[in-house]
Parts: sequence; structure tokens; C-alpha cells
Amino acid sequence: MEHIRTPKVEQVKLLDRFSNKSTTGTLHLTATHLIFVESNATSAQELWILHHHIASVEKLSLTTSGCPLLIQCRNFRVVHFVVPRERDCHDVYSSLLRLLRPVSYDELYAFSYNPKQNEQQRDEGWQLIDLGAEFERMGVPCDQWQLTDVNRDYKVCETYPRDLYVPITASKPIIVGSSKFRSKGRFPVLTYFYQERKAAVCRCSQPLSGFSARCLEDEHMLQAISKANHNNRYVYVMDTRPKLNALANRAAGKGYENEDNYSNIRFQFVGIENIHVMRSSLQKLLEVVGTRSLSVMDYLVGLENSGWLRHIKAIVDAAIFLTKAVTVEGASVLVHCSDGWDRTAQVCSLGALLMDPYYRTIKGFMVLIEKDWISFGHKFADRCDQLDGDPKEVSPIFTQFLECVWQLTEQFPQAFQFSEWFLIQIHEHIHSCQFGNFLGNSQRQREELQLKERTYSLWDHLLSEQQLYLNPVYSPSFAETHPVLEPSTQPWNFKFWRNMYHQFDRSMHPRQSILKNTVMLKENSKELEIVYLCKTYLLLSWSYILSLYTLPVHSVHPGSLFGEERTVEGSSATENGYGEIKGSFGSKSEPAIVSLEFGVARMTC
Amino acid sequence: MEFAELIKTPRVDGVVLHRPFLPTVEGTLCLTGHHLILSSRQDNTEELWLLHSNIDAIEKRFIGSLGTIIVKCKDLRIIQLDIPGMEECLNIASSIEALSTLDSVSLMYPFFYRPMFEVIEDGWHLFSPEEAFKDLESMTDEWRLSEVNKDFTVCPSYPSLVTVPKDIDDDTLCKAAAFRHGGRFPVLSYYHKKNGMVMMRAGQPLTGTNGRRCKEDEKLINATLRAGKRGYIIDTRTIAVAQQAKARGGGFEQEANYPQWRRIHKAIERSNILQESLIKLVEACNDQSNSMDRWLSKLEASNWQSHVKEILTTACLAAQCIDRSGASVLVHGTEGTDSTLQVTSLAQIILEPACRTIRGFQALVEREWLQAGHPFQQRCAQSAYSNGKPRSEAPVFLLFLDCVWQILRQFPCSFQFNEHFLITLFEHAYASQFGTFLGNSAAESRVKLKLSRKTVSLWSWVNRPQELERFVNPLYEPNSLVIWPSVAPQSLLLWEGVFLRWNRSTKFLDEAYEEMVHIIEYNKELQNKVNSLRRQLAQLETEDSPLQTP
Repeated sequence: MEHIRTPKVEQVKLLDRFSNKSTTGTLHLTATHLIFVESNATSAQELWILHHHIASVEKLSLTTSGCPLLIQCRNFRVVHFVVPRERDCHDVYSSLLRLLRPVSYDELYAFSYNPKQNEQQRDEGWQLIDLGAEFERMGVPCDQWQLTDVNRDYKVCETYPRDLYVPITASKPIIVGSSKFRSKGRFPVLTYFYQERKAAVCRCSQPLSGFSARCLEDEHMLQAISKANHNNRYVYVMDTRPKLNALANRAAGKGYENEDNYSNIRFQFVGIENIHVMRSSLQKLLEVVGTRSLSVMDYLVGLENSGWLRHIKAIVDAAIFLTKAVTVEGASVLVHCSDGWDRTAQVCSLGALLMDPYYRTIKGFMVLIEKDWISFGHKFADRCDQLDGDPKEVSPIFTQFLECVWQLTEQFPQAFQFSEWFLIQIHEHIHSCQFGNFLGNSQRQREELQLKERTYSLWDHLLSEQQLYLNPVYSPSFAETHPVLEPSTQPWNFKFWRNMYHQFDRSMHPRQSILKNTVMLKENSKELEIVYLCKTYLLLSWSYILSLYTLPVHSVHPGSLFGEERTVEGSSATENGYGEIKGSFGSKSEPAIVSLEFGVARMTC
Repeated sequence: MEFAELIKTPRVDGVVLHRPFLPTVEGTLCLTGHHLILSSRQDNTEELWLLHSNIDAIEKRFIGSLGTIIVKCKDLRIIQLDIPGMEECLNIASSIEALSTLDSVSLMYPFFYRPMFEVIEDGWHLFSPEEAFKDLESMTDEWRLSEVNKDFTVCPSYPSLVTVPKDIDDDTLCKAAAFRHGGRFPVLSYYHKKNGMVMMRAGQPLTGTNGRRCKEDEKLINATLRAGKRGYIIDTRTIAVAQQAKARGGGFEQEANYPQWRRIHKAIERSNILQESLIKLVEACNDQSNSMDRWLSKLEASNWQSHVKEILTTACLAAQCIDRSGASVLVHGTEGTDSTLQVTSLAQIILEPACRTIRGFQALVEREWLQAGHPFQQRCAQSAYSNGKPRSEAPVFLLFLDCVWQILRQFPCSFQFNEHFLITLFEHAYASQFGTFLGNSAAESRVKLKLSRKTVSLWSWVNRPQELERFVNPLYEPNSLVIWPSVAPQSLLLWEGVFLRWNRSTKFLDEAYEEMVHIIEYNKELQNKVNSLRRQLAQLETEDSPLQTP
């Protein structure tokens, strides 16, 4: 609290970034949130912005109406306040600057957030996802793959989890030797086992091969992976980097596998760009779509120049390559990039999602994230900028993964148990630091922070409200007919994800949503089923015990439960900027009634 | 039969048909005067019946004596026919070429088509100007139906009956007509019941370089203004284009002569540019290169989405003037038969809930496109694959449908019809067994071609309950509000149902749609069941009420 100089500023204007609309209200600054309360008595909307969500605060030059404050959030919200007095503006500005740059983990919201659960409930929340059980589900350990305790104390690789699965023929010396030949000690381990063909998806980091170095243990390690698959001796080694990047790494004593030194491997580059390219790509994309009165030409040119969709497509292409190798050829695949925690995580997890219908369910998707992202050490703290750190480490790698999944849901609308709201909500929380799951960079660090004792699990929270995230047209039988998804990668299949990047820009969205409507009808049907049963029962009762009892008939009124409450769109014409009408008689904007999908911050505090 | 001369080889066996996402079919190819038919002559296999008029272009290829004809259709489909025998292939190709480019309208298929269904409601008589005027009369008495154009001499592209201000006599109309391009004097397009404001449309004023004026024209449009009120003139062209038009005798309304009107210029492109845009867009969609950058840059270069945005924006502006600023509007471009109609018809979709029903939309197309003299025959003669020199072809109507689809996507519950209905209209505008879209104006279709007697109306078919079912949007809930679409580029989508229709499999999307329909229908069924139970219970309650009282 010591950082808050002015807890409350009145008569602050909130400007819509795409129109000339504005609302006036009061700005409150709390230890965790920036809150704007509209002063209009009838609607009095509230806007809650978590400090952790704020990526940047800018004080723009003074105008006649006051001092503008531009706040950009990591969940793609952009708010533009105008504070009447410069002094107040400066106070808010400098308070925010301090608040949004926490320097220690203890300052993060997760450590103060309290959902009113007791210890037992908290523990149960953390026990929801059990990766040991997940490997069992895949059929591991088995006659070819075993659990190794070599990393029990994080001695071999401190960014890996404790429990790792390796081929039975990979002895400890081989593992240790291989880990010494791999960047950050990230030696090849199992991440997904395709039971039907006994083919494995393994992951690691780049070899420290330089121009000519080799390592017998590492070669043995790959041999062991090859031997573990009786169906196909060949192991695909997918280097997910562009060839040029891999070549450049050789000069630093790193690099890629030399096919001559490894027997039975097929080496393949797939060309996904690095974190820096992705960061600037998203930046460019956001700049373009944040432009007011954007023309179609500038939009499409900007979309192309940002390269964003090209990168998304590259990741999906790589996942498809992986899936084909495993499911069609029955070959095992080893995936790596440089350190094996960004591109490798994207490709492995997306590939598994294509191969295994379980990961397309709500619970399964959580397991997938827990396995390929959290446990294998995707550096969420660095990539999502949780603590004041190196800005060059920030990158939307996980966002890209969520977007790839969304692109797939567009092609296979019945294959996923969850809707895009689920993806957007997860994205919200990788930055919110409200739950412990994504804090820190590795499992080891999470244990040190004692997250399971001091914070709550997001998965528990999401499961408790999973009704909100169900895909109404999900068909469980789709998994039977299409266990493996084969998406088309024609470029026009990849679309700009408006509901993510404009989630708070309500003027951009369809005014009526098919998804929302269908969800509502489905819910309503469930209610009606109960009402129907009740009524039938009542009717029977009536005919039997007609004269004996007086029964309350109107127990439930289905209409009021769900269906008939229908918000109708509208929004004002001026909001859309069709062009200014010249002359003295400008248009008066009427109060807009807009139904919001997920625009309103759903804050759980 | 004249067609016989054009058909050198009426039948070839052993022809193989390739279609995207469908199994190949081997069978017999037959050419008739109006169709290309391919049948495997086996039960339960689909036959291909393709109207010659649907064929936009063909390409021939030979490998040895095996010929291949690639048929590119106006509905953007591309099919391939492998024909054994070089002579047969050449004959078939030249016949198709000749039959698909017949010049005479009266040889078109609609004049030969006999419906296989009973016409319950004749579409030719569903939407008359008299009927529309009756509706108007119930709201206001400020307008009258004029017969000044009854023999189509005042304005050849207008219908015989037009709605004009009550106080303006036919003489004045004639003089105003002489001052407007194509004789298209300002007529009523839409009356906004909510505030009594109106939208009118016309051709450009013929001011020429020396700034000619016409008192009657000024009087005519001023008669639509309430005392002390002003109106807007929306010129669909940029000011530069409008200036240039002066040199050719056209022009725009000078402020000095129309002091009660404010002119706004927009930038909807002319027809040849739109045609080029369509060709580029379809080429981009058919590009197989699999490169994201190439796709985006081709999409951008086609400019199609820009046209969609510009047209929608202009329509929204017109609607905004009427509904929000409470002002009347006059819309025109050059001829008043293309961009003008896009704007006036879309503005009505936005403002008037009735236009969002199936019947209302038909009435709108009839009123604002067919009666209003959009030259369908000329505009839809060729589509995206034509390599002939473009004459007056342009996807003006397709762009309108695309804009409607954009609004439909943004308000998926406010339209009684679905996307399929719009696609059907697109197909029939370019090639059809029905006469609805033949001819270029009411004069031509009604008087010269006698379409209503000699052909069947598309509406007669569409409005049959069996067909109608396919066009109904299950999500529809009547919405009495004005619907304002977003025109941000991020909100505008490529109309995949038309442009990617033949390039992708929609199996999964279709199945998901079915599931959604199922959810909706199940809910309705439950509602009905519960309601009927509730009624029964209520009945019991009242019947037995004496028992209940203690």
C-alpha cells in the first residue's frame, strides 16, 4: 500500500479507443487493482484491471481536457484515461509504475488471493492433475519405457521435472552423459506415447555439437529411443528452428545432430522463428489492429507484415508433421529447438492434441498444459513478464499455442469439449498471477516457492465453473470417428483471432453470438427437462390425489430461468465511425445496449 | 431446333468427371440445348447437370488422344472432364463454348424450362409497386404513385409506377427526368416509419461543365423535406470522379442551387474495377501455393474486402442520417443503377426489420434491384473466370449479397434467412432456370420479354414450403431494432461460403451446424411440451378449484 499516493481520483474520463465515445467516472487504486467506476447512475459499469495485467503505462502530453494516461494490458486491453488534474495523473502514473513491476514473488497477487477455501480444499485443488497418472493413461511405464529417478533432486537437469520417462535401455551413465551434451542439461525424455503404434514423442534441447563434437552417450540415447520402437527403427529428429539459426548456433558450440554420427535418424528442420521474432511480430500485429479508422488495405498489409499468421501456420505445420510421422509411419520423433522449452513445447503439445482426443477435453487440456508447459519448464515467469525482468525474455509463445488450438477449433467445431472462452480465460491467468500454476520458470522453483501451500490452483477454479467453457456442439463420438485430427493448412484456414486480440473492444464484435445463444438454449433445455419431469409428476399427482391435496403448481418458471432473458444488441452508429457527418446537425448517440461476451473482466476476488 | 447445329457430338461414352472433394465419376456425357449432363447410368450415383449458361470459361488440354476440358463455372466451381478421343473432345468443347455464350435472351433456358412442381403462389405477382404503395399509404399521405413512366419513355430503366412526393406533378417529373442521367429522376426508395424521414435515389444530375440547373429537380427533392429541415445527398463517387463526370455532361448538385442539402461524397468503385477485383479474389482463393504471405498479399491486392467495407460504410452512413440525424437522404452515383442500389438496399436491411425476413428480402431485391433497373443481364453475363474482354460485367449484386452476409454474421439471430439463401440468389443471378434475373430493366423484362408469362419466377420456387425450409435460419428471433454493423476491417470476413466453397471440405462445419439446429429444435420441443403440461395443470386447477378452497 505504501506505493499508492492517491487512492481515488474523481471526474476521470475513459475514452473508447476506436470511437469518440467516452464515459466519466472515478478511478480507484488498490493494492491489487486499478478500478474505474462509471459515475452514470443507471448503468454504473465497473472496470477492474489487475496490476499484473498492465504491461505499460504512458503519460501523454497534456490536453485541454486533462492529462491522458494510456494503459496497455497483457490481455490486450487498452484503456485511455483522461485525468483532469496533472498532479493526480502523475500520482496515479508513478504509483502504477511501481505496482506493475513487482520485484519479488511475494508481491504477486497469488500470495494474497484468498478464495475462501480451507487447506483441504486447496490441497485437493492441487491434486486434480496427476502427471504420473497421465503417463499411465498413455501406457507408460511399459516394457520399453520406464520411470527414471535420475533427476529426483534436480541434479541432472534443474529445469526438468523430477519424474522423467526414458527407454529401458538408457542407463544412468547414458542419461547423465547425454545431458552433459545437451543445452541446459535437457536430455531426450518421453513426453507422449502413442500406444497404438508404440511410437514415442520425445523432447530435448539442442546438442552441444559445435562444428564437430560428438557424444557417444547421446548417440546411445537416440539409439535407445530407436530400439524402443519395434514398428519403425527410424527416429525423426525435428529441429524446430530455421536452418540458419541452427547453423549460427554451431559457432557457439551448440547446433544440431549430425546425421552421420547417429544411426537410424532422419533429421528435419521445420523453421519456427525464435522468441524475439515472435515478440516483435505480436507487437506489430497489435499496432496494426489498434489503429483507429484502419483501412482494409492497411489491415491486410499489416497482418502480412507482422508475420503473425505465418508463424501460427508454421507451428501447426510442424505439429502436423510430427503427427504424421507418429500416427502414419509409426515412427518415434525427437523434437528440440535451442533450449527445448519454447518451440519444442508448442510442437509437442499441439502434436499430442492432434493425436489424442483426451487432450481436447477440458480436463485433458489442463493435463496437457501441466505436462508439456509447466512441468517441462516453459519459463512462464520470464515469457509472461511476471516479475520485473529482462524485456528480451518476454515472448507470446504460450499465447501462440492457445491460438493454434483456436485455429483448430475453427476447423473441427465438434472435436473440442471447450469453447474459445476457455482458451481466453487461461490466457487471462498466465498473466494474472492470481493462481500458483504459472508462477516461476520451473518445477524446482515452484517447489521452492511452496506454491502448493501458499497459493491456489487455477485448474480447480476453472473446473468449478466449467459450465461456462463448454462447447455446446461438442460431440464425444467425434473422437471415435476422428481420433487423429488432420487439419488443412491452406493459408485461408488461418484467421485473425478477433475474440482474443480485441476481447475488450466491444465495437468490433458481432452483436449477437451464435456460441452464446446455443449455450443458453442448451442450458435452458436442461432446466426444461427438469421442469418437464416435475410437471409430469404433478399432473400424475393431480389425477391420483385430486381432492386430497392442494399442490403448488407454479414451482418453477422455466422462462425466467434462462431463455427469455435476452440482451439485444444495438450500439450506436457513431461508435462504428462510418464517417463524420459534416454540418451543424451531428448525430446524438443513444445509450447503447450491447451484450458483452467476455469483455467484462470476470474477476474472482 | 437451332441448338442442334451447335451440337456436333451429342454423346460421348467413357468420360471421367473430376470434382473437388467428390469421388470421380465415369459415365456418358450428353449435351442438350441447355445442359451438360454426365451420368454413370447406374442407380444411386449422382448425375451432373450443368446449365450451359453457368459456364464461364473452358480450357482444353490434350495428352495423346485423351482430351481434357476444364470447365469453370460462374458459381466459381471448377470441374474437369476427361474425354477419350480428340475429335469428340474438340467437338464438345466448341459446342459448350457456343452454347454458353448465346447472345439471344429468348434462347435462354428459362424460356424452355417447365417446372416439375406446382406453382402455388406465382412469384411474378407477389411484389407489385401497388402493394408496396398500399403499405406506404398506411403510414403517410405525403406520397403518390405516378404513372408518368407507364410506357417507359420518361425513364427506360424505371418501372411503370414510381412513388413521388404528392405535391409534385408529372410535368415536373418529366422535366426533372431530363436533368438526370438516364432519366432517373429522384424517386422514393424507403420511408422510415419511426421518424418519417425518407431515402430517395436517382441518377446523377446533368449539370455539365457550365453548371446547368433545373428548378423542377430542386423543387422535387425539396418537396421531401419538412419545414426548416435539411437533407443529405450521398454521392457514391469521390468528389474527383464527380468533377470529372461534368466533362461528360454529368455532375453533382451545386450547394448554391440546393441550399437545404448537404452533399457527402463516398468512394464506391465503378463496375469494371469491381469485376477486376472479383477476378483477382477468385484467383487468390484458387492459389495452391500454401504460403501465408502470398495469400494475404493476394487477398489485399484483390481489394475485394475494401469494396465491401466502403459499400457497407456508405449504407451505414445513409442509415445514420435517417435514423440518428433525423434527415432525409438522396443517394446517387453516376447511372443510379449500381452503387446507388447497393447503398439504398443495404440501408434498408439496417433500418427495417421486415427486410430481414425471407419474404421481405425478396421484396427488397424485387423493389431495389429488379424494378429499380439494375442491369442484371449485362452485369452477370460473365463471372470471375471469363477471359473475354469485359464489357459491362460487374459483381455489383454479389457485393451487395456479401455485405448482407457480413451483417448476418454480426447479427446471426436477426435474420430469418440463412447464408444458403444468399448463395442461392448469387447462383441464380448468374445462371438459372428461372426468369427472375433475366433482362436489364422492368421495361425489358415485362414488356419485351414477357417474362412473367413465359418463364417461372424464382420466388415461385423459393417460397414452396419444401424449399423454404432450407433457407430458414434456426436462430432467428425477430428483432425490431436498427442493427448497426461494425465496419472495422477486423470485423469483416471473407465470404467463404462463396469464395472458398469449392476449395474446402465443409463436412465438419456442416455437422456442427446440424448439431446446433438440433439443440435449438430440441429446446423448442421441450418448451412446447412444458407449455402444454402447464396448460393441462392450469385447467385441472381451475376445474377443481372448489376442492382447493378450504
